[in-house]
Amino acid sequence: MTQTPQVMPARNYPFGEADRLNLDPFYAHLRGAEPLTRVRLPYGEEAWLATRYDDVRLVLGDARFSRAAGVGRDEPRTHPRQGDSGMLSMDPPEHTRLRKLIAKAFTARRVETLRPRTQEIATGLLDAFEAKGTPGDLVEHFSTPLPVAVICELLGVPFEDRDKFQVWSEAIISTTSLTPQQIQDYLDSLWGYIAQLIAQRRVAETDDLLGALVRTRDEDNDRLSEQELVQLSAGLLAAGHETTVTQIPNFVYVLLTNPDRWRELVAHPDRVPAAVEELMRYVPLGTAAAFARYATEDIMLGDILVRAGEPVLGSLASANRDERIFDHPDELDFAREVNPHMGFGHGPHHCVGAQLARMELQVAIGSLVARFPNLELAVAEEELEWKKGMLVRGLRALPVRW
Amino acid sequence: MSGQWRVQVDRDRCIGSGLCAGTAPDHFELVDKKSRPLRDLVDPSEDVSDAADCCPVEAILVTDATTGTTIAPA
Repeated sequence: MTQTPQVMPARNYPFGEADRLNLDPFYAHLRGAEPLTRVRLPYGEEAWLATRYDDVRLVLGDARFSRAAGVGRDEPRTHPRQGDSGMLSMDPPEHTRLRKLIAKAFTARRVETLRPRTQEIATGLLDAFEAKGTPGDLVEHFSTPLPVAVICELLGVPFEDRDKFQVWSEAIISTTSLTPQQIQDYLDSLWGYIAQLIAQRRVAETDDLLGALVRTRDEDNDRLSEQELVQLSAGLLAAGHETTVTQIPNFVYVLLTNPDRWRELVAHPDRVPAAVEELMRYVPLGTAAAFARYATEDIMLGDILVRAGEPVLGSLASANRDERIFDHPDELDFAREVNPHMGFGHGPHHCVGAQLARMELQVAIGSLVARFPNLELAVAEEELEWKKGMLVRGLRALPVRW
Repeated sequence: MSGQWRVQVDRDRCIGSGLCAGTAPDHFELVDKKSRPLRDLVDPSEDVSDAADCCPVEAILVTDATTGTTIAPA
């Protein structure tokens, strides 16, 4: 083995266990001192980790960095199981073949047509929550059922089955909270459940997204295989509620522990959309950078030559706090004139449901601010319980009073 | 000459995700981190409408060059 000057010893990554929604200060150190560093994850091969905004953006957006090239490699990861990530394991234009089928359902215009219904669901949930009396758990009664109900209606999945698929969905975002065998069992259950809904649509057509995907598949084999149809639909169901379900309580937690910002929204509810963008920037949803991109040719990143075939992880959370891009990056500021955050990622794999998530988050935060201007935590902050062994950071429960 | 499409990119909205250039490299390129159509008028092509449908911020507008009707995003 020849040692080139660029090879440095790898650090263990993640640098430590995720602490609530605090971003490890070591990222800031790296951005200044060592913007591209070698890391070793609990599983898989060593990788580069990019922490500056411009580098992360390049790694995620430049076609010379590939997800497909990671197929068959021992990808750097925080979980034992290396599964096929579906669309996330593809590059354009192959990736586009699948993405376009669902992207149409998530355009801003389509999503706006769902806003009144989303507001109606939110209002109904808060009516029931208020009637039960203070204090109450926002996770169980509001932030979980709201996005689940919306994705169910959009896809055409019966809301009554949510207890089943909510359990199975954890398989998609689990790192160590489930055993590899449990993850496989849950995925099999989820796929079996979706396959049954697909079979129903072949008997009687529906005008929901699942029905549209089934028609696409049946009209033209080349556009979507049966397995892709099942996995894509299951992925939408799981992603459609594991993410927003987690971010609503995260956002409320940040606002209630920064009461000036909560009061700002109570006084100026028109700032909710800007607040949602800023919270997307500020909250490090992921526990660690994931889904490494593989260089398909030698590429200079800053002063470092990344060789063809080497994997690079980009930390979105670190990029979103880069002082080169954002003034006072560690402050929550709803008045930022420009906010080019990468909270929804960047590049071909930019969150396909971003517009839906934005709308749901706006409705959720806007509804809470309007209904409960005096909302506060019902327990001491230290008593809040955070999930462990997941790709994302989130609260098990969020007891609040008003 | 009928049936051509007009391709426009709103460079204020564009975030330079590169999805369009990856999807339809014959029709889009990234210049200064933002997308630009290689030609404003093109023959109808699914690659072009796919790129408009896939754009995460809907910065691409494809219209019928004659009638002005929107082709994509759908």
